[in-house]
Amino acid sequence: MKYTMTIGIECHVQLNTKTKLFSAVDNNAVDKEPNSCVSPVDYALPGTLPVLNKAAVEKAILAGTAMNCQINLTSRFDRKHYYYPDLPKGYQISQMYQPIIGSGLIKLPDDSEVRIEHAHLEEDAGKLTHFGNYSLVDLNRAGTPLIEIVSMPDIHSPAQARLYCEELHRLMAYAGITNGDLYQGNMRFDVNISIAPEGSDKLGTRAEIKNLNSFRSIERAAEHEYQRQLALIEKGESIKQETRGWNDTTAKTTAQRSKEEAQDYRYMPDPDVPPIVLTKDFVENIAKNLPLTPTYYRNEFKKLNLDRSETEAILNYPILAKKLVDVTQNDSKLAPRIAHWFSGLLLAEENLNKDFELATASELLELSQMVEKNKLSSTAGKEVFLSLYNPKNTSKSPLALAKEMNLLQENDTDALSAIIDEVIALPECASAVTDIKNGETKAISFLIGQVMRKSAGKANPATVNQLLKQKLP
Amino acid sequence: MKVANKTTKAVDLVQAALSKIEEYKYYNIFISINADSALQQAAKIDQRIANGEKVGKLAGVPYALKDNFLSREGKTTAASRMLKDFAAPITATAVKKLEEEGAIMIGRTNLDAFAHGSSTENSYFGPTLNSQDQTRVAGGSSGGSAVAVALGIVPFALGSDTGGSIRQPASYNGVVGIKPTFGTVSRYGVVAMASSTDTIGCFANTATDTDLVMSILSGQDPKDPTSLSNFWQNKPKPDQSLRIGLISDFMAEGVDPEVKDCINHCVSKWQKNGHTVENISMPILKYGLAIYYIVQTAEVASNLSRYDGVRYGHRAQDITNLNELYGKSRDEGFMTENNRRIMIGNFVLSSGFFDAYYLKAQKARTLLINAYNDVFKKFDVLLCPVAPSPAFKIGENVNDPLAMYLEDAMSVPPSMAGLPAISIPAGTTKAGLTVGAQLIGARQSDRTLLNLASELAKEPN
Repeated sequence: MKYTMTIGIECHVQLNTKTKLFSAVDNNAVDKEPNSCVSPVDYALPGTLPVLNKAAVEKAILAGTAMNCQINLTSRFDRKHYYYPDLPKGYQISQMYQPIIGSGLIKLPDDSEVRIEHAHLEEDAGKLTHFGNYSLVDLNRAGTPLIEIVSMPDIHSPAQARLYCEELHRLMAYAGITNGDLYQGNMRFDVNISIAPEGSDKLGTRAEIKNLNSFRSIERAAEHEYQRQLALIEKGESIKQETRGWNDTTAKTTAQRSKEEAQDYRYMPDPDVPPIVLTKDFVENIAKNLPLTPTYYRNEFKKLNLDRSETEAILNYPILAKKLVDVTQNDSKLAPRIAHWFSGLLLAEENLNKDFELATASELLELSQMVEKNKLSSTAGKEVFLSLYNPKNTSKSPLALAKEMNLLQENDTDALSAIIDEVIALPECASAVTDIKNGETKAISFLIGQVMRKSAGKANPATVNQLLKQKLP
Repeated sequence: MKVANKTTKAVDLVQAALSKIEEYKYYNIFISINADSALQQAAKIDQRIANGEKVGKLAGVPYALKDNFLSREGKTTAASRMLKDFAAPITATAVKKLEEEGAIMIGRTNLDAFAHGSSTENSYFGPTLNSQDQTRVAGGSSGGSAVAVALGIVPFALGSDTGGSIRQPASYNGVVGIKPTFGTVSRYGVVAMASSTDTIGCFANTATDTDLVMSILSGQDPKDPTSLSNFWQNKPKPDQSLRIGLISDFMAEGVDPEVKDCINHCVSKWQKNGHTVENISMPILKYGLAIYYIVQTAEVASNLSRYDGVRYGHRAQDITNLNELYGKSRDEGFMTENNRRIMIGNFVLSSGFFDAYYLKAQKARTLLINAYNDVFKKFDVLLCPVAPSPAFKIGENVNDPLAMYLEDAMSVPPSMAGLPAISIPAGTTKAGLTVGAQLIGARQSDRTLLNLASELAKEPN
């Protein structure tokens, strides 16, 4: 029997607001001392009260708009109770019953669609670090605003799961609502998977794989979980509803908590936080400031005839995508070469740490033009391109760099003619010269190579070819 | 109330209060006393007056603070073992506002731990005695503050009222107590009990003093998003003839006849002053207590979750794992009544019971609010007793939590609706126990209630 897998994904996105969701302290704790970005509210001191951060509401509206979701004009906060040392109040303020973001739809690059069930605002918890017989609590992250995006079970393969998560990441990054750094945990994914016989209208029992934080692990974990469930069913066993964890090293999911052990969160409307009541005008004013979406960029890049993987690779880096649109709108003939430089060179692993802002659109256009006009060989063009991303070169133009690096192509016929004469006179070239004179034109490429070597790669091979043919008729 | 000036020294006012604290030590009113700092602040105020500098409206006036208000001054225990050593790094907005007007906090008063109770017997520091009869309870939970005013130690004291915690002890000790409209005074810096009905108010000897203190405490606070913009500056119309509704449901069987006599005595006085009094029955009020003990316990259970022994407060010794840290710290830090409410609250919120209890209670609460709205189309003010009987004996209800909860039946409904309600001295029983009359108004009609109350005092008995 054939089986279909059904996947639904919950994604937590940390918002890049200046201050936390309910307190006025720094929300950016990267490289800060533990417990240095903590207010009495985050510390859950008695008598302190949560004060909602308006900027988080605005970012939620942007996020919702980016996902084509309906924004609910009235939404409320609820308390989700559980005990853990990284949760100072003993409850998380979340939106259980009336979330700010309603249903929506995301179109993936492969043209498939995933519906969004809803998305809600909530606060992040702190962080525990475990040592031998004790653990340390860091509350810097406690109170960071999150939106949790809940998809409908519209995904049917590990690859599509990955595509959905990547697209979500792009949408949020382009909306400018998150720093989007997966390594820092800015986006975390919970993947729900079940399998059912193909054509069945009933879904199987699902398992949830918690806290995945790379696209690769999402795809691998989904694939592994599918195989695990398939093996169980083929053995005639049933699937348990449970939470599982993914181990990247062993490439396996392992059971964490069964349905019976699931916590009762005792949800309750939070009496300390008044409801969010928005007007249509307010929402529209925020929504119209939504930056351009990946879909817009994809349409722009269609003019350049890039293949899909190249487009998507560039789209992963909004700076590059914006730059590419800039150059495309300036000169769409010169743009494809720049796109290839981006995807082929800059996005190579060893260059990812470079500051992608360094090369300006006009520098990139100038450089592409130089290659177009044969002033630089395509190899030399690549070298100059990468040197534009060296911070020492920020004040230098591509032409200046090419000169400095001695890469400008030699098109001067007199100078080339002199070099060619020297080469023809060389004893090791004598047999090649004879061959050509005898009509064996294949040997000409050997001579071109020699000329190129002598010119230290600067000679334009086409010109050399032409000159050789004149000299050795 | 006496305010410091060129002839009345702040230091003398504070000194007098401190010696009375000593005199009435037996009543167990104070958990901590702030003598040195109070005298220093008083000396500073005297100096300012001598220099001809401007001083606040309450310059040099000593006051007592219910020990669930946070302040950098001393410890905030909430009368619990959980917080017995807790020194707060922040100061409650209410305390700050009084400070700015020159009032001087001379000590922190006793309460039921975490304000859970109606007698101040649930305190980790032992019960406070009633100001008129030392064998009886002070009422609660703000018992210490009520007795401090009743015995003349301070002209006013701060309290908090979630379901009657100011009004009932005011009634039991013969002083004025106000629970203002929900949101009138910032809750910032006050140990939360039940967030949706917690209010900050005060005790004083007269409606005028109460009005002065409340005018200072009121106003919106950016640190409390549920606080209301200041409405205290809006003056009610003077000498207006008011339509008073006497809630007949609370003048029926089960209410002490002497309590009813006191209320009826007030009725005739107000009628003489040109107000009309008419009976009104509100059958929904009989559900008030049930609604309250579901919603309040749910919020209590939630609000007390933060006391986990991790960051501050009591932490059990010799623990070996996380569950023990939580379990033992909370077990040792909370009193029986705290635990009872945590259990009930978690029960009514738990999956499978939420709809039947919490959700239903919230729906009933909406009906209660609607019923009040209807009644206030016909009446300006509602009148009823604060409690069915005068102060009971210490220990009388300790083993009967239901009887203790029934003490709250009349004070709880306005709390659930966020309405202002005050307790004013309405007379004494033959045994010499005071009885309070409760005036309830529509939202933000607090000053109308105080105006009406001040008429009683003007009329010579």
